[in-house]
Amino acid sequence: MNDLEYGDVRSLEGSLLVVRGVRGAGWDESAVIRVDDGSERHGVVLEVADDLAVLQVLEGTAGMRPGGVRVRFSGSPFRVPLGRAWLGRTCDGRGEPLDGGPPILGTATAAVNGWPLNPVEREPPREPVLTGVSGIDALTTVVRGQKLPIFSVPGLPHLRLATQIAAQSSAAGDPFVVVFAAMGLPHADIDFVRTALDERAAAGELVMVLNSADDPVIERLLTPRIALTVAEQLAFVEGSHVLVVMSDMTSYCEAVREVAAARQEIPARRAYPGYLYSDLASLYERCGRIRGRPGSVTIMPVLTMPAGDITHPVPDLTGYITEGQIVLAEELNARGLYPPLDVLGSLSRLMRHGAGPGRTRDDHLEIAAQAVAALARARQAAELADLIGTGALSDTDRGYLAYATALEDSLLRQRPDDCRTFDDTLDRLWQAVSVLPRRELTMVSKALLASHLPAAGAR
Amino acid sequence: MDGVTRQGRVHRVDGPLVEAHDLPEASMYEVVELGEQRIPAEVVAIDGTKLTLQAFEYTGGLMAGDVVRRTGRPLSARLGPGLLGRVFDGLLRPLSSAPTWLSPQTLASGEQQSTRWHFVPNAAPGEELRPGALLGVVADTGAIEHRVLVPPGVSGELRYLAEAGKVPEGAAVARIGPTEIGLFEQWPVRRPRPFAFREETFAPLHTGQRVLDLLFPIGAGSSTAVPGGFGTGKTVLLQQLAKWCDADVIVYVGCGERGNEMADVLGDLAELTDPRTGGRMIDRTVILANTSNMPMMAREASVFTAITVAEYFRDMGYHVVVVADSTSRWAEALREFASRTGALPAEEGYPADLSSSLAAFYERAGRVRTEGGRVAAVTVVGAVSPPGGDLTEPVTTATERFVRGVWSLDRDLAYSRHYPAVSWSASYSHDAEAVAAWQSGHGNPGWAARRARAMTVLAEAARLSELAEIVGTRTLPGRERMTILGGRLLRDAVLAQSALSPVDATCSGERGAALLQLVLDVVDRCMTLVDRGVAATEVEQFDFGALVRAREEAPDLAVCRTAITTALEALA
Repeated sequence: MNDLEYGDVRSLEGSLLVVRGVRGAGWDESAVIRVDDGSERHGVVLEVADDLAVLQVLEGTAGMRPGGVRVRFSGSPFRVPLGRAWLGRTCDGRGEPLDGGPPILGTATAAVNGWPLNPVEREPPREPVLTGVSGIDALTTVVRGQKLPIFSVPGLPHLRLATQIAAQSSAAGDPFVVVFAAMGLPHADIDFVRTALDERAAAGELVMVLNSADDPVIERLLTPRIALTVAEQLAFVEGSHVLVVMSDMTSYCEAVREVAAARQEIPARRAYPGYLYSDLASLYERCGRIRGRPGSVTIMPVLTMPAGDITHPVPDLTGYITEGQIVLAEELNARGLYPPLDVLGSLSRLMRHGAGPGRTRDDHLEIAAQAVAALARARQAAELADLIGTGALSDTDRGYLAYATALEDSLLRQRPDDCRTFDDTLDRLWQAVSVLPRRELTMVSKALLASHLPAAGAR
Repeated sequence: MDGVTRQGRVHRVDGPLVEAHDLPEASMYEVVELGEQRIPAEVVAIDGTKLTLQAFEYTGGLMAGDVVRRTGRPLSARLGPGLLGRVFDGLLRPLSSAPTWLSPQTLASGEQQSTRWHFVPNAAPGEELRPGALLGVVADTGAIEHRVLVPPGVSGELRYLAEAGKVPEGAAVARIGPTEIGLFEQWPVRRPRPFAFREETFAPLHTGQRVLDLLFPIGAGSSTAVPGGFGTGKTVLLQQLAKWCDADVIVYVGCGERGNEMADVLGDLAELTDPRTGGRMIDRTVILANTSNMPMMAREASVFTAITVAEYFRDMGYHVVVVADSTSRWAEALREFASRTGALPAEEGYPADLSSSLAAFYERAGRVRTEGGRVAAVTVVGAVSPPGGDLTEPVTTATERFVRGVWSLDRDLAYSRHYPAVSWSASYSHDAEAVAAWQSGHGNPGWAARRARAMTVLAEAARLSELAEIVGTRTLPGRERMTILGGRLLRDAVLAQSALSPVDATCSGERGAALLQLVLDVVDRCMTLVDRGVAATEVEQFDFGALVRAREEAPDLAVCRTAITTALEALA
């Protein structure tokens, strides 16, 4: 800790404060700024050059003037307390309580940026998180330690789905905690999430870090980092399986762009800075498991694709980092299907490790692969039918169309408050697949067909 | 060296970009150390007394006025025994012995080791030796013999050679003229290691992936790019190559990619047995991990470190395959730093020297005669991750100019869960003719014809399928419907390959060829059937399950052929 205070302001612009005459301030350290209007604000060092320090002020520079500012450097990056005291608590993007409770005290503190996890120490993810949502559990299984985003567009019920997952998820009876990071969400959405997760909060299984749409943009950059720092400790020290839901990543990325523009950095694609990939990776890569330790951090970012464009930098870079994606489709939502899962566009890359024999059920992987491949064929048939009419289709193709309908009705369609067991989910999947002629089921072994395919009479 | 002991001062810190003063003797691309944490950094520009430095680590806490120390050498890799079977970061510092969380301090302290190596001499004092000559061998982890060679640039009379026995890590094992030679050497990663000449002879690389070996094969010493949007199975394909291709040594560099994937590669390779040596697969592999959340600038160095390690094993006479996933992340590191230094951006913000940087990497591939007279090769397989799947972006287009082959991954194929999703229309290999000639000279004269026939059926089937989408399948003549069926059978029974199946994960050249021949024969048989008046619909509804499952269930293909032929004949 550096006790000296500096007050020689060279310039103020946007959220940037430049002080002169500084000795011993390091890059990326945090600082406390006393303003002569009586407020105390927080800053992060963006650049040091000789005796100059460039600070980003978290709460903004409104009301600051040269001669009216005293800056004290903390000697370390921005830190938060750690520990079980977080369970059941709600705070803002600086870690200050929003629930009327006392300040959150921990046994230790940690820098919110974290350190990269040594890849050698990572334990490959192996067990599922069961969400109780059939479409996800059956076809895009979430695995403990995975990062699996939800891609959506404004107007779709992605927040409802993310909240349903947050409320229902479990890890086969092991301790389970949800950390919900809201970034730039409207107040109405935040209220919806708080109400929906009430039970989880009461059970001491929920931590909320909330940055609403009108909160300072700079705090939006800290929000997910606080959430992940708390999550890492609950997982790797306290031994819980932690699901971190982060919504909305698009608002987060816009905050990154806004800050980069304020710093006059050279823009790359769509004016996002060139390091957006690394910045997102520094969040998403904090998921995982560690060798020899209990617990896991699973990350589920939620993002809205601007204009539904999956090649927009935010979904594109996210998709390159995450281990798959869950895509929601407008067209399904318009038809009244909830959750509107685009099964073919969705993929869980770690599913083959976290599902199947010894993880979920012996028949899971084969029947899921068959179901997805058959749906791809059904889509081709549907496109053909649009052109030439259903009547001109072959019997086989008509069978595929019937299968697609059966899949929607028996498996995908689900109420937002319905938590389905895994056995129920897979039985529904077999029911849908049984609509197809048996000769089409080339991806399932004969033994599994014999033991699981519902008898013709039951179809 | 007085200049090396001089210390400079940090003047400005802006993330990985650091400026320093008062180091007049420092030269371009020399490595310096910053502050008490001794963060490594490279000199990238000199302007009067001001040095611009690119730091390889997180610079948090670094202050104006902190000391800067010279090291007197460019960014170098420490080459020697103990590389195989282990994991390193982008600067070749061991991760296997580093702690759980990586900070600059913990990495720097992980460098000291004190292993003793068992050296067996293989030369006689008094001999006149040239660079690349064999001095002896060292027992390393696996079946790969670690050869200690006379380093580049050293020649003369062998004055001393250690006797067989344990040698401490730092000790000299030989002396040539005045030069002491140890088990380890430092080599600047940005400088290619010398060789005698590029070989004109050809040898193919067998990858174990049917779509590559049958349609787009490459030679040892070649280079290929694997462009693919996210979710197209790029990483799984690269991992399959690392596991199953027939090289002696694999250098796998995870450059700005996922941590869980590196853990996966590591776990898988440790469990797999190398069919050729009986040892563990991991013992022929050097892994360089610089995951996306590790420092960006070490990512930039990691691909050069990887290829330097590959050249080191090449010089011992091995065929080395470098698998780089992904070169786009490396290019982004170049872009990030260029933008911080204020360099003039060219396309999409990438620096104008992007293509020369890519060329500097890919051109280090080659099948060569080493200085020691061995024929050896470095093959490079580089993944490209085009933003938005846009194959016209600068990294993809620049890369395509420097590689011999492109294995393009197709989103639609991946979308329908066809893996590996290698597109047969957008991929190519300039080595295909050379491979055909080699196959022909090694007892497979039908290889080229079979490939041509498969490519024709696939192309025709794609064209006819598009037509069928407009006019409907039923309006097409029987033979054309059989071509569409043929395309589907080739795709499902031959080109698709399950990375998960213990049987299908890799495929020998003979079995791949037999499977392709079988499917082509079945297609011909179907054509004959419709010619003889059998309804196309009937053939289309025939249960080809046994054929499609043959790649996974591994039946006797002759039995399989008889069964299908007999059943098809029954339609007539």
